[in-house]
Amino acid sequence: MLEFAINFLAATIRTATPLLIASLGLVFSERAGIVNIGTEGIMLSGALLGCIGSLMFTSSLMGAIFAAAGGALLGLVFAFFTVTLRSSQVVVGFSMNIFAMGLTVTLNRLILNGVRVTAYPSFAIPGLSRIPLAGNALFNWPLLVYFALLMVPVSWFVLYRTNTGLKVRAVGDHPKACDTVGINVFKIRYGTIVFSGIMSGLAGSFISMGQLSLFVENMVAGGGFMALAVVVFGNYSPGSVLAASLLFGASDALKFRLLMTPAGIYYQFMNMLPYVITIMALCFFARKSNKPAFSAVPYRKD
Amino acid sequence: MSGRAKHYLGSISFPVLSILGALILGGIIITAMGYDAAFAYRNLWGGAFGNMHAFSETLIQTTPLLFTAVSYSIAYKCGLINLGAEGQLHMGAMFGAFVGARFAFLPGGLHIVFVLLCGFAGGALWGFIVGALRMRFGASELITTIMLNYVALELLSFAVTNQPFRDMTPGAAPRMNVVIESVRLPILLPQTRLHLGLFFALLAIVVYYIFMWKTTKGYEMRVAGLNPNAGRYAGMNIGTNGVLAITLAGGVAGLGGIVNVIGLQPFLTEGFSNNFGFSGIAVALLGGCHPIGILVSGIFFGALNAGGIRMQLMAQVPAAAIMIIQGMIIVFAVSRELFIYFGLAGKSIFKRSQKAGGARDA
Repeated sequence: MLEFAINFLAATIRTATPLLIASLGLVFSERAGIVNIGTEGIMLSGALLGCIGSLMFTSSLMGAIFAAAGGALLGLVFAFFTVTLRSSQVVVGFSMNIFAMGLTVTLNRLILNGVRVTAYPSFAIPGLSRIPLAGNALFNWPLLVYFALLMVPVSWFVLYRTNTGLKVRAVGDHPKACDTVGINVFKIRYGTIVFSGIMSGLAGSFISMGQLSLFVENMVAGGGFMALAVVVFGNYSPGSVLAASLLFGASDALKFRLLMTPAGIYYQFMNMLPYVITIMALCFFARKSNKPAFSAVPYRKD
Repeated sequence: MSGRAKHYLGSISFPVLSILGALILGGIIITAMGYDAAFAYRNLWGGAFGNMHAFSETLIQTTPLLFTAVSYSIAYKCGLINLGAEGQLHMGAMFGAFVGARFAFLPGGLHIVFVLLCGFAGGALWGFIVGALRMRFGASELITTIMLNYVALELLSFAVTNQPFRDMTPGAAPRMNVVIESVRLPILLPQTRLHLGLFFALLAIVVYYIFMWKTTKGYEMRVAGLNPNAGRYAGMNIGTNGVLAITLAGGVAGLGGIVNVIGLQPFLTEGFSNNFGFSGIAVALLGGCHPIGILVSGIFFGALNAGGIRMQLMAQVPAAAIMIIQGMIIVFAVSRELFIYFGLAGKSIFKRSQKAGGARDA
């Protein structure tokens, strides 16, 4: 029983990590009034670029750099179209998903074709990882897991206790007022979008290199949209986003546990679980929220 | 030039420029990957319009896209974003295919109508869920539609592997029961696979036009899309109109799914949809949700799909590369400011260089 609980918790952390990383980035861009449904595509690109970088330099660090750089670049493109040109965020995000889908499939067949690359190595926490039974399962992770957990308080601090965070929150709630007092709305929005792109890219690379060490076409499988749902469910603030990601991770872990039971022959219904839970979470937490007043509305300076 | 003509020219020139821009950029990307872009594009063209057979394949690909594009447009006109056409298409295909393989006692014509109705109902159910959750809980349709897409794909995966839906013919690959011969749609052009479904798709566009622009309900929906507050003030029920719109949208997408089954292959398999749901959104966006626009851009995207298959065969460029081009087309098509932006940037650079030149002269 204890072993089951430990394994379940470990699986939860593993599946929650990419969601947490991506949604922490999204908290900032969402707060600044940006809805980026292209997150799915950015994560997919991150997953692919991570593998390519890791393959080319046989170094997972280079993989992470590739993934982050790709995410930043796609974020810049998104920002150019939605902030500078004021195109519909939904449409640009949507087409970015299509673009990324095509690009990753093409590059995958050209370069990777399921080849195994250097995965993210695990680092054991000295002492804690020696705890019998639980230690190795719970305190021995790739660096990105620690990074994700560390980013929760850091994001909270930046968002609620610094000048930058105040500006980010203000820009989403009242861009015009911000502009009047001399805050550069465009700059804040560009910044948060690029930051969120970097985080999404890294999240994607964790999906391909965290446990597996290869790229599979369309392997993000809706993770980007779930990250968006996590932000809504987590009420646009880092602490609750952590809780929400863990809940989603748990639903994924539950799915894998159920697949191993005799009921696993109906695996399709287990596979639906995370998607159904996403919908339910949205329904019960959509109303009371810190959603910015000017969410998804382009700002026109006149 | 008269104002009206100028207006039409403007509304055509932007999509055309977007397509050209995306094709050029796509060519650069394909070349950068080490393929022969000119050869690839030649095959793309040949596979889409090269001969009568190729063109019929283009129209076959166009058929479901017209349905899903109308689906997106109905919801869009009412102010909703339906990203769920893919799932609704799957549900419609499943419902229709289930009925199409049974009820053999029904006369052929009646049976086809019944099958189409069930296809509509399947998609409509998937749309209704989205609408109801949005109205009751305020759940964003952006995410619920996408999530329901995945649920529908899993349901189909279940249906093709489990009784009583699965075709139990020995040796058959996982698929649903084969629909009865009398339900299958007649072929329009001999020696091709082009089926009557195209006619239904055109009918869907006409009905979309009449409903949206010539009926009170359609008018109310458009008001809800343009200015919900004005609609509310005029006593319209914005909430129920939204639910109705996305239910209809789902139904139309469902029709696209079942038409593709009874017109093309008489049984339903996983992966029967060549990304029709998402490409349909692209069709609607490029066509500006206008009936004629949908038709023209539907043929264009159908051509990309059909030509992409030949391109993959002959030039070894994966058909997925088409999606790179599709993605760029949509972004450019909705970013009219792009041309203004680069127009202005070009002008200011031009001016600066002129000024610099002038300064040197002085």
